[in-house]
Amino acid sequence: MDNNAIINTTDNSNWRELKSKLFLGIVILLSCITISPILLILYELISKGIKQINPDFFFKVAPDTLQAMTAVRNGEILPGGIANGISGTLLMVALAALIAIPVSIVIGIFLYENQGKKYANLIRTLTDILQGVPSVVLGLISYIWIVQGVTKGFSALAGSVALAIMMLPLIIRSTEETMKMLPISIKEAAAALGVPYHKIILKVMIPSGFSGLMTGILLSISRVIGETAPLMLTTLGSTAINLNIKKPTSAVPLQIWEFYNNPNMIDLVWSSSLFLLGFVLTLNIIAKRISLRYN
Amino acid sequence: MIAYGKDKSAVRDVTADIKRNAITAIMGPSGCGKSTLLRAINRMHELYPNIRTEGEIELNGESIYKMSTTKLRRKIGMVFQRPNPFPTMSIYENVIAGYDLNGSKLKKDQKDAIVESSLHDVGLFDEVKDSLNKKGNFLSGGQQQRLCIARALAFKPEVILMDEPTSALDPLSTAKIEDLLVELKNQYTIILVTHNMSQAARISDNAMFMYLGELVEYDKTKKMFTNPSDSRTEGYLTGKFG
Ligand SMILES: Nc1ncnc2c1ncn2[C@@H]1O[C@H](COP(=O)(O)OP(=O)(O)O)[C@@H](O)[C@H]1O
Ligand SMILES: [Mg+2]
Repeated sequence: MDNNAIINTTDNSNWRELKSKLFLGIVILLSCITISPILLILYELISKGIKQINPDFFFKVAPDTLQAMTAVRNGEILPGGIANGISGTLLMVALAALIAIPVSIVIGIFLYENQGKKYANLIRTLTDILQGVPSVVLGLISYIWIVQGVTKGFSALAGSVALAIMMLPLIIRSTEETMKMLPISIKEAAAALGVPYHKIILKVMIPSGFSGLMTGILLSISRVIGETAPLMLTTLGSTAINLNIKKPTSAVPLQIWEFYNNPNMIDLVWSSSLFLLGFVLTLNIIAKRISLRYN
Repeated sequence: MIAYGKDKSAVRDVTADIKRNAITAIMGPSGCGKSTLLRAINRMHELYPNIRTEGEIELNGESIYKMSTTKLRRKIGMVFQRPNPFPTMSIYENVIAGYDLNGSKLKKDQKDAIVESSLHDVGLFDEVKDSLNKKGNFLSGGQQQRLCIARALAFKPEVILMDEPTSALDPLSTAKIEDLLVELKNQYTIILVTHNMSQAARISDNAMFMYLGELVEYDKTKKMFTNPSDSRTEGYLTGKFG
């Protein structure tokens, strides 16, 4: 823009200062625009949802319509909570993690060990495709495999399988990336001590990359914990706490959907959403902490 | 002969007897195959995919290809160019790692004895005896390299292979490690890759000069530095190339 800038530095110093101030201003403005949605969301959820957050919210199951109607008519806060959803979400996410973590770590290490090989590239591509599959489709798959094929009815297991399939590509890629970041020299050090291959992986590589693996796992959990569509197709929901993986189970996002459809329970939509967001944010912060501490 | 994949051989026609309790230096310009040859001696080259090898290497008359790599690498230890202690392990765990990772069941006092004597041997014990259970990352580069030597010594190997062990270190740490090697050769046989000619001259008893994958000359270090028999060796030692 200003071809003479190099020569006329002194003359242009005011203009330069102005320019850099202008630039700073734009950066600040843009970052405000970027973070304002999250702040607005937080504001909305807290202002509308906080009054429902009390011990009952965590330890009682959702009210029935009559209870909710009575409370609304009397201007009281809604009784009960989302214990059935929280327990269902924790159950299904834990089960999904149990299924997804070992499989994905093995595949991720396989990809890392076979850089550039044809079948590894094929698997990597398939992994990327899997990541792009809409979650509702994964719900359908799990419906056919598990709901129809295994549990003969809606079940927590079916929900977990759908969530686990979603977690696979995320953990696979983060495992491969984590392994790639580890210096090859520690692998050599172990090999030079005569340590057999599988022990190098188990006792040296995985512990050395532990924080990277952990971060990937936590982020994948926070990705799937709010999924609603696949759960509608697989676990249906439940008004009671259910910890039987062969039975229909509630989940926090499913409850949000149910509350949304019930005019008397709107307040619980906000508090449940606040809970879910808080949970996801916490997972993200823990993940960030872990990866920072390692580096 | 050792070749990577479809490439032409990286090392060929090397025949040599390595003397016990001596330091044998392998010299030569970068890329001439020093590391490849060194890694073949404890079969570390097999970590690379598609490697092709012909020929025989014997340890005390026994073919190294007839031993398991686990057993072989207990007898022939290795130290690398850059210090590579295990980042997740304490100093103590690093020294004993060869045993622990291989699943040896040693009693605590046996381990303690091995750790202490190995660290003594590399002159590190007094420096770290109060922080054995800390991670080694606060150590200087030279200390870390001595820790790695201690880790190799923990097995009481017969041979220690070293691939430019001081090239990442400052002169002071280098001098310490050189002194250490001279001391260690009373108990161990050391094969030292170096592209530092003066280092070879200072501490080695015998020296190999490699060029383009071939062993050009192998002789007493003194003889090689004063009166090399091959013109290529002379050219390298006088700085004409390399
Ligand atoms: N992992 C590898 N894959 C393919 N070629 C290699 C590999 N390592 C070394 N080489 C080749 O083998 C030759 C010898 O290398 P190297 O033994 O590392 O030499 P030096 O240690 O003397 O510098 C070089 O031409 C190098 O390019
Ligand atoms: Mg080399």
